[in-house]
Amino acid sequence: MVLSVSSLRKSYEGKTAVDGVSFQVGAHEVVGLLGPNGAGKTTTISMILGVLSPGGGTIEIDGIDISVSRSDALARTNFAAVYAALPGNMTVMENLRVFGLMYDVQNLPQRIEELVDAFELAPFRHQRCGALSSGEQMRVNLAKAMLNSPRLLLLDEPTASLDPSAAREIRDKIRAFAAENESGVLWTSHNMYEVEAVCDRVLFMSHGKILLEGDPRTLPARHGKATLDDLFIAVAREPLTLGEI
Amino acid sequence: MNPRRIFAVFLRQFYLMRGNFPRFLTLFIWVVLDIILWGFMTRYLNSMVGHSYNFVPAILGAVLLWGFMNRVMMGVAMAFMEDCWARNFLNVFASPITIGEYVSGLVLSSIATSTIGLAIMLGLATLIFGLSVFSYGIMAFPFLLVLFMVGIALGVFATSIMLRFGPAAEWLVWPMPAVLSPFAGVFYPLSVLPHWMRSVAYILPPSYVFEGIRTIARGHAMAPDLLVRAIGLAIVYILLAVLFFMRTHRMVVHTGRLARYSAEGG
Repeated sequence: MVLSVSSLRKSYEGKTAVDGVSFQVGAHEVVGLLGPNGAGKTTTISMILGVLSPGGGTIEIDGIDISVSRSDALARTNFAAVYAALPGNMTVMENLRVFGLMYDVQNLPQRIEELVDAFELAPFRHQRCGALSSGEQMRVNLAKAMLNSPRLLLLDEPTASLDPSAAREIRDKIRAFAAENESGVLWTSHNMYEVEAVCDRVLFMSHGKILLEGDPRTLPARHGKATLDDLFIAVAREPLTLGEI
Repeated sequence: MNPRRIFAVFLRQFYLMRGNFPRFLTLFIWVVLDIILWGFMTRYLNSMVGHSYNFVPAILGAVLLWGFMNRVMMGVAMAFMEDCWARNFLNVFASPITIGEYVSGLVLSSIATSTIGLAIMLGLATLIFGLSVFSYGIMAFPFLLVLFMVGIALGVFATSIMLRFGPAAEWLVWPMPAVLSPFAGVFYPLSVLPHWMRSVAYILPPSYVFEGIRTIARGHAMAPDLLVRAIGLAIVYILLAVLFFMRTHRMVVHTGRLARYSAEGG
């Protein structure tokens, strides 16, 4: 397993944000973490990234407990999120060099060239990231997220601000990344079409708990819903009718 | 400690300086103005008292050393603020970098920027106003060392305040040296201070440095035990500042402030 989360909890000021969540992500697997706003998805991802300490439970990345060896665990992961753009006042190459060093990537110049090619960033090498379009910025973010060839790739709404063409391109690259490497991907999105196209498995969260888990292509029918969209709406509006897994 | 991660923090500052002339200008523009202003002031004061006392090492030297300490502090704080303004904390703190490596990178950036500032200040003060760093003898090095350590401690303390209270807290950081300066006796002997202010001055390492400068300017030697006390206090302040930063980091990770930092623009 590249990610193993067990009985994860977090409360803020007496309110429970994540309530005993357990799940795993395996190699070559793309797992969708779904749920309405405030369900606890970003809190869960923040804890996996080590920027939020859990109130209870454990997180193991590639078998390493993040609470015991934070740096070693985070060296095996990376992320891209719509709300965590790379510094706009540095160029694409400067950002990739700085973060490549931060992740202690070996043969860094060669790795950067591979990613510049893979994400078609050559024309923007010396452009400041802040001057790029949303789609171009997300490609740079993804290149940064893959610098260290992470065992676990966390993507928090990576296509949220992209046009359909750019979003499809990104989805294809993520699928290829999971297929070609011994890596797993944890993906959050509000686009159910995208989730169905990309994810091998989905986890539906509501009120800090995982309510449902399964194949996004068969899960709606198992719960009497026509589409994943319908199931999402049911989770958001009537979570009690679905029951916990 | 991984030196490549420390270098990454430094390299980021280098790229920012290289790519933006106004940023580079701030490394020395204020200290240049200070040296010019106080240089002419000391020249005027010297003309008033004749050869009985030389204000250049006592006043202009003090301005230069105080300016150096400020540059060291701002070198650390500005490097941190760049991450703050660019909303880069999530990218940095979700990476494998440790707190020790990050703070070391800030200190390395500060060493580079404050050295540029010091070199320019020294060049101006020496060439235009005749200040000789050799007028302090070998004591120039421990003086610089003490002020460097205090600048680092202040810088790390300032970053902890910003980490704790959010980006808006930078307005608490800018005036920090100005708040300390009356107690540090930059321009006057501690003996003119009221008792309570002198009590504060005794726990501030810069006050020993500036007393030492005036002692040397009068042609006397500085007592070595005072210098040892200043260095000892500076080490304690660095340790306290680093512990405070680590504690603050733990706190913001626990409360979720770090994860939400990007959203707290104001």
